[in-house]
Amino acid sequence: MSSSRFIITVIGIDKVGIVADITQVMALYNVNIVDISQTIMADLFTMIMLGQIKDENFDLSAFQKAMSEKGAELGVEVKVQHEDAFRFMHRL
Amino acid sequence: MLLHPDEILETIKMVSNENLDIRTVTMGISLRGCCHPDIDTFNENIYDRIMYYAKDLVKTTDEIQSLYGIPVINKRISVTPIAIVAESCEATDLSSVAQTLDRAAEDAGVDFIGGFSALVQKGLTSGDLKLINSVPKALATTSKVCSSVNVASTKAGINMDAVSLMGRIIKETAEMTKDNSGIGCAKLVVFANAPDDNPFMAGAFHGIGEPDCVINVGVSGPGVVNSAVRALKDPTLGEISECIKKTAFKITRMGEMVGKEVSRRLHAQFGVLDLSLAPTPAVGDSVASILEAMGLESCGTHGSTAALALLNDAVKKGGAMASSSVGGLSGAFIPVSEDEGMIRAVRRGSLSLDKLEAMTSVCSVGLDMIAIPGDTPSSTISAIIADEMAIGMINRKTTAVRIIPAPGTQVGDMVEFGGLLGAAPVMPVHKFSSAEFIARGGRIPAPIQSLTN
Repeated sequence: MSSSRFIITVIGIDKVGIVADITQVMALYNVNIVDISQTIMADLFTMIMLGQIKDENFDLSAFQKAMSEKGAELGVEVKVQHEDAFRFMHRL
Repeated sequence: MLLHPDEILETIKMVSNENLDIRTVTMGISLRGCCHPDIDTFNENIYDRIMYYAKDLVKTTDEIQSLYGIPVINKRISVTPIAIVAESCEATDLSSVAQTLDRAAEDAGVDFIGGFSALVQKGLTSGDLKLINSVPKALATTSKVCSSVNVASTKAGINMDAVSLMGRIIKETAEMTKDNSGIGCAKLVVFANAPDDNPFMAGAFHGIGEPDCVINVGVSGPGVVNSAVRALKDPTLGEISECIKKTAFKITRMGEMVGKEVSRRLHAQFGVLDLSLAPTPAVGDSVASILEAMGLESCGTHGSTAALALLNDAVKKGGAMASSSVGGLSGAFIPVSEDEGMIRAVRRGSLSLDKLEAMTSVCSVGLDMIAIPGDTPSSTISAIIADEMAIGMINRKTTAVRIIPAPGTQVGDMVEFGGLLGAAPVMPVHKFSSAEFIARGGRIPAPIQSLTN
């Protein structure tokens, strides 16, 4: 594991307040947004964020659980994955 | 963002829609220090050794799974072939060792444990014989233990006495597990040129040249390759090969990352990454379906061997570029019961046992998860094994037979195993006898290919 950066993806039917609600959870867990992009792909709202975690004792599973629960509330799928999962596959 | 959103979504799609997974994280554990003449002490030593190394395996693997969001389907353990470490045991029945392995697997929380094995390509020691004779009872009284016997190699030839014996052992194992359709045989493999570091079951064992503890990772993704090939518009075969290579590269990188991180956290050596397209019963997660995507009407028809050769080679090339630790079997598996496309092909009459045998000369392993009628003579099973071993011996490759003479079944019946093992249609075998050939015994000498020094 080379960094403490995570890719957060939010995919689902678009509605008002998704960004606000999701980022609120991130703020609560002190996760800084390094980059964010948002688009509508095949009628699906797709948001991808690069989040940075500073705290060494960060409780990843609690954060993942909170994000999933918020996603379920909003009717969207939220995933929190270490950036290496993507970097290893697409970059040398 | 250094990564493009399309790349991120591609990875997510591979996992959620196309069944990309880390099929197994397999911890290899040496039991060479466990030998003891008293079988109870021996069993105690084995249990303690396994628990010492594997106590955190499942917890660590689960952490990695959630960190990367990549499913790890199985956690497994492989151990030194029991025939070697049990050689000095005074007991003749070694099934209690299998029960110890089963208990250790249960307590460590893993899905399977492999290594109730013997390597007898050139001859049987008394320890090997004790182990092989204990196999039916071992598999009938355990749920997680897998067994394998290597009966041939390019360097040694084929031990036909062992081939003959294994035909009988397979029948006996089926009979002892007849209440579950002969499922014991789904956990028993007969090998030629068995690799020392294969993470896949039922053939995994921890080879004698391996260190105390090692992590081997098996990655799978026939569904990903299938989707990638199907997305091509009117491709040439060269373009298909290129596409498979690139896809295999990406899948392998994922396994490399997981393997390195798991071994780092467990302070174990990272052994090999085995990229094997291992199908599951899920629709589309099928090797047969990839062959059909190349333009064959149904898997098993003329052209299937060529299509499989292209697939297997492209997978190896992509994998070899993606990791410096590629090993094990790496290629495409062609099990019948675990692949919905293969099952379909058998049922519609396009795929026969003979064609499967031909295909094993270019796939990564061999005849796998094939159900045959319960009344098949053991000499016919031995002859099927002998043919497969010959392909492995001459072509310097691993071949294997995992075949289930399902008790009480006839051609056309379906045998249900459940889970990843799937369901197998009972396939016909040749009616003409091989008994006299098998009864000759002895050894088929090592081929000219063995003289490489």
